[in-house]
Amino acid sequence: MDIARDDQWDIVIKPKEKGIHLHLKEVWRYKDLLYLYVKRDFISAYKQTILGPLWFFIQPIFSTLIYTLVFGGIAQISTDGLPPMLFYMSGILCWNFFSDCLGRSSGTFSGNAGVFSKVYFPRLVVPIAGLASAVLKMFIQMLLFFSIYAYFLFTGSSIGVTVYILLFPLLVIMLAGIAFGVGILISSVTIKYRDLNILFSFAIGLIMYITPIIYPLSAIPAKYSAFKWVIQLNPLSSVVEAFRFGMLGTGELSWGGLLYSSIFTFIIVLLGIIVFNKVERRFIDIV
Amino acid sequence: MSNIAIEFENISKQYRLGTIGTGTLAHDLNRWWHQVRGKEDPYLQVGQVNDSSAKSTSDYVWALKDISFNVEQGEVLGIIGKNGAGKSTLLKILSRVTSPTTGSIKAKGRIASLLEVGTGFHGELTGRENIYMNGAILGMTKREINRKFDEIVDFSGIEKYIDTPVKRYSSGMTVRLGFAIAAHLEPEILVVDEVLAVGDAEFQKKAIGKMKDVAQGGGRTVLFVSHNMGSIKSLCTKGLLLKNGSIDCFDKIDKTVERYMMLNTNTTTNVELIKNRKGSGSIIFSDFYIENSNGERVDTIITGEDITFVFVLKANQLNLRNIDLGFSLHDVYGDPISNLYSSYQGQLFSTEDEKYITVKCSVEDFPISSNIVLVRGLLRSKGEILDWPQDEIGQIQIEHGDFYRTGGVRTDQWNAKFLIKGIWDRSNKR
Repeated sequence: MDIARDDQWDIVIKPKEKGIHLHLKEVWRYKDLLYLYVKRDFISAYKQTILGPLWFFIQPIFSTLIYTLVFGGIAQISTDGLPPMLFYMSGILCWNFFSDCLGRSSGTFSGNAGVFSKVYFPRLVVPIAGLASAVLKMFIQMLLFFSIYAYFLFTGSSIGVTVYILLFPLLVIMLAGIAFGVGILISSVTIKYRDLNILFSFAIGLIMYITPIIYPLSAIPAKYSAFKWVIQLNPLSSVVEAFRFGMLGTGELSWGGLLYSSIFTFIIVLLGIIVFNKVERRFIDIV
Repeated sequence: MSNIAIEFENISKQYRLGTIGTGTLAHDLNRWWHQVRGKEDPYLQVGQVNDSSAKSTSDYVWALKDISFNVEQGEVLGIIGKNGAGKSTLLKILSRVTSPTTGSIKAKGRIASLLEVGTGFHGELTGRENIYMNGAILGMTKREINRKFDEIVDFSGIEKYIDTPVKRYSSGMTVRLGFAIAAHLEPEILVVDEVLAVGDAEFQKKAIGKMKDVAQGGGRTVLFVSHNMGSIKSLCTKGLLLKNGSIDCFDKIDKTVERYMMLNTNTTTNVELIKNRKGSGSIIFSDFYIENSNGERVDTIITGEDITFVFVLKANQLNLRNIDLGFSLHDVYGDPISNLYSSYQGQLFSTEDEKYITVKCSVEDFPISSNIVLVRGLLRSKGEILDWPQDEIGQIQIEHGDFYRTGGVRTDQWNAKFLIKGIWDRSNKR
């Protein structure tokens, strides 16, 4: 085929693409749509509610209270000497952010079948907009965390912010990246065979328990230390631990773990986008 | 190279029939195994022509097969064909909603497709917010929408409700807003799938007018799918007729529409062989068909056309006198619409020694606009029934057309079964 001739065309539609394309440039061209999707999420989320945006805070507050009562009070799980409220809230913020990102991106195809079957735009816009919404929501919830943080600081608790708080942006990127990559992978593989959907929906719930959300890594009893590697294999673990270490000064900061998580994030995002772009082209025939 | 805007090359699209289950998993694995060994997809070779009426022997079907044609810049192409001929599939591929199984499409410029109005409307958002959302989905940038915003609101005619959530809108308002946004897209290539039949009469007129502006001004390339031959004829310059997933005709719009009408000609019932009939049988209906104004035999006509009913009669006796030929028109449910006997207009026929005679009845400005009209016939002579087939002797398919001869099709009359026209006059008298 004459390549020079092909250049005259702005759009070429073919059955399959050769090689690997991320199509990120195309996504960028649709940045206005991305912005509008995020805006829509925020506007529509709490429309016709009385408390409105206050719900952003109510949900983590209640979760924290219940966790403090059940895991801290009844089950007496160690919190590394931290005030339980702060300990659980930091975990809940991380986990909520992760599962929010995951939920939004894994529903991309199934939740947007109507629009996708009628009009073309880079489908990646939708999960990316979902990420942006989740990040914004998380930042808002961080305000709550910081106010409680400030309270404990003034009442003289033994919490200390460390210089590793500077890792925070990186940690957010890793959590978001893993959720995004896994999410769009789930979204891509579940459109044809929905068995996987059922599997994933309860698997995600279980993964929380092998992530140090309700317990610190250090609290694993010696007789179970053989299973510690399972938790460390979970790329989320080192991220959550590093977050606590930076913010609160306790926990485990493992550079090796963070490196592992970064590599994992990179690979899963890349893999996710490639598979997603592949499925995107046939999606409407098999949904 | 000339100014070709879109080039279709061997476009084919295969679909799988039935549901997705364990059977598909087996096929997928087999397909994957062929791919691993570098062989061709085993299921692409099977599959058959898209004829939904024939019982299929394979799990795969070609919705489109080897479609190749070029569209020149500024051309307004009407795509026609029966249901399931592949029109929408073709548009979907061009809109990049789905990808072709084989072949390629190359295009110059932005493609905007209007397969539905109001795609992605969110009920909780206000009309204003939805204009931005929907515009962006259709490929407009925020700046473009800002520039067009007032025009869109003005066109939709819902200025008062622009800050009300769309879920409170009536369905007509939603559709009008959707169309208004879509109509203000400014792509080089516009793909439209039967979206004109929306809103009330006033809005439809506006919509068709707007489509005409889009199609005729600005040198934009438009692909337009519709079942409405009238609007196709008035909007398009060229036509593409699809039949069972292949191109049947690609020509000037008039030629293509004509060809489509011919295509609808189904093998007429053999009137002579109708068993269930009453009457003496001295003369019977032998054949029946419709001719258009050019004297061509057709099965499909356009409302408002001049048509001729042709009855071929077979005489079983000599020298019959005072034959009164009558026919009645019925809708698909068998309810009568109208009837006419030649005797109503003082006409009776007679035979001598001919075996066959042909009686023609021309009707000007055929006014019935319902989809299918069944024709029944009766022959009588001085109160005696000669032949009365109890089944219909033929049927006519009717397409909407330019009944009023004003150069356009009124799509707001789709429910009217019968059209009239009058001579209008005003005076100052009471």
